[in-house]
Amino acid sequence: MGILIYSVVVSITLLLTAIGFALVYGVSRLANFAHGGLYILTGYLVWGFLNKLGVNYIGATILSLIIVAVVGATIYQFVLKRVRGMPESEIIASFSLALGIMEGLRSLGLVGFAYTIPVFVRGTVVVAGVPVDWQRLIIIGVGLGVVAFLWVFTHYTKPGLALRAMAQDERAAMMLGIDSDLMAVVCLALGSALAAVAAITILPLGNITVETGYNVLIYAVAVCVIGGLGSWPGAVVAAFILGFAQILTTAYLSPQWHMVVVLLAILLTFIVKPSGLLGRQKQLEERV
Amino acid sequence: MPQEDRRKKRLDRGVKVRTEGIYAISAPRDIAYLLIPRLVLILGLLILPLLLQNIYWQKVLCIICVFGLLSLSFNFLTHFVGIVNLGNAFFVGVGGYTSAVLQSSFKLSPVLSIIAGTFGGALISTTLLLPCLPARGIYFAIASLMYPLLFPRIIEALNIFGGTDGVIGITTFPNIWVDQYLVIIVLLVTLFALRRLVNEDFGLILRGIKDNDQAIRASGIGVTWYKTQGLFIASAIGCFTGAYLVHLYGWAGISLFGLDFSIFPIAVSVVGGSGALVGSVVGSLILVPMSETLRAFGTLRIMIYCLILVGFITLKPEGLMRYFTRKYEQFEHWTRV
Repeated sequence: MGILIYSVVVSITLLLTAIGFALVYGVSRLANFAHGGLYILTGYLVWGFLNKLGVNYIGATILSLIIVAVVGATIYQFVLKRVRGMPESEIIASFSLALGIMEGLRSLGLVGFAYTIPVFVRGTVVVAGVPVDWQRLIIIGVGLGVVAFLWVFTHYTKPGLALRAMAQDERAAMMLGIDSDLMAVVCLALGSALAAVAAITILPLGNITVETGYNVLIYAVAVCVIGGLGSWPGAVVAAFILGFAQILTTAYLSPQWHMVVVLLAILLTFIVKPSGLLGRQKQLEERV
Repeated sequence: MPQEDRRKKRLDRGVKVRTEGIYAISAPRDIAYLLIPRLVLILGLLILPLLLQNIYWQKVLCIICVFGLLSLSFNFLTHFVGIVNLGNAFFVGVGGYTSAVLQSSFKLSPVLSIIAGTFGGALISTTLLLPCLPARGIYFAIASLMYPLLFPRIIEALNIFGGTDGVIGITTFPNIWVDQYLVIIVLLVTLFALRRLVNEDFGLILRGIKDNDQAIRASGIGVTWYKTQGLFIASAIGCFTGAYLVHLYGWAGISLFGLDFSIFPIAVSVVGGSGALVGSVVGSLILVPMSETLRAFGTLRIMIYCLILVGFITLKPEGLMRYFTRKYEQFEHWTRV
């Protein structure tokens, strides 16, 4: 029972970290490798606002969310826009931005156990005989909330529909008067804000470390690759598969094997179905 | 002329056109035009160790060549095979460990263990990356990014190959001259061999795969097999640098899988000129000494590389070498539109 509950928690955690990446890739075909960097940046921002500037908790989270969204939009406007359509340059540029953010934070001396951000609600609750702390339950709530919000947003609001239109056919969307660059900026801001939401809900469970950034990037990408890049239902399914696989390896092997499981899952996906579990787009092109 | 109604007109220099065919050997001036840039590079690299008196800068020269080689491998994979490899450190690590383990367990001579590390390591890393090869672009980039992050953890978890202490007591080279000339000669040979290779039929097929793999497949050529060969060549170059570094330091550790070896070659090849193989050497000659002088900044260095990288890729995507080549081969002037 404990395994089941914690697997669900880990799955939702993975989903939360991955959904921003999936959104950005799905809409603008840009692999935003800076995702992990933005995630970790949020952690430090919240910490800084709380402990250095003395802002209260709600203010700190909202300010960090806004700042990270602006950073994401800036990254698109000034860097990624110039290299769009050149896959090598896109990957190199966003990857080096990610490294720049993370190693920059490291060199500022933000390393150690002192960097934690508070949980929303303290204490634990017993669910079906297993003690679970409130924060993990909140993660589940926030995760489901984000998925629901995204579904409503992309199905019933104008900007959301425009984003989906771009994901399906950018040229046709442009013919209908959708400004593709503007929508991509919106999309990157939204994706970065989602990374920030994930950071704010997940980071209270542990310390903020720079390595977390790399792990988040890898897990996010793994979830998207396994689920099929650009397919959100796929991301949900893949997050659950990886989450359960991780908890099972922790339970029966040791935590060091997490990464191996992730890599094996990716390789298996490449061999069996390169476009991912539920990915339909570009199936022919990717498989050569 | 106002800025908006002018454009730059470029014309090939006469001497460039004349030296394209067999007639290049008809006049001393044409021969000089062709030979001087090449000789400057070759002789320059060969003489440089004699000019550097300080042992510190002699070691830096070795590192310059190491990064030049790694960047050649990255450049070749990206611009001629069409797969972006973000995990160059994986090649370094695999080559280094293969060579180190062979050396410490069988007491091979350094020559043999470097050769074994190069080709054995290339075989291992190609085999491990093989499942990812059908994937392109971002897919391969992601998978290759994971490998160098993964292997140190496996080594730590299983406590094999000396665990976190690494493999120690490896025979080093007899003196600093062997250190330098070995890697310089390998660098030059690799550079010119790769340049030759990409203009052969083999290289044409690889470039075809990069541009339009469906067309290559339609011509009845096995795409994955050619990609595998390309990957093997690139990983052999990477593994050589690993094996060389292990013998240079007399030690192999998980720092061989470090981030420096992944990101720095990319920076070098972007600064030097994407797609121009010589650019890797030139970029390395510029960036590595710069990075040595920035050593005091610690990990801030990586951030500085990243800023340079982003700056170059957005503002000057052609890189330095392409720029110089253009100036050498063409003259340009403004014309009214």
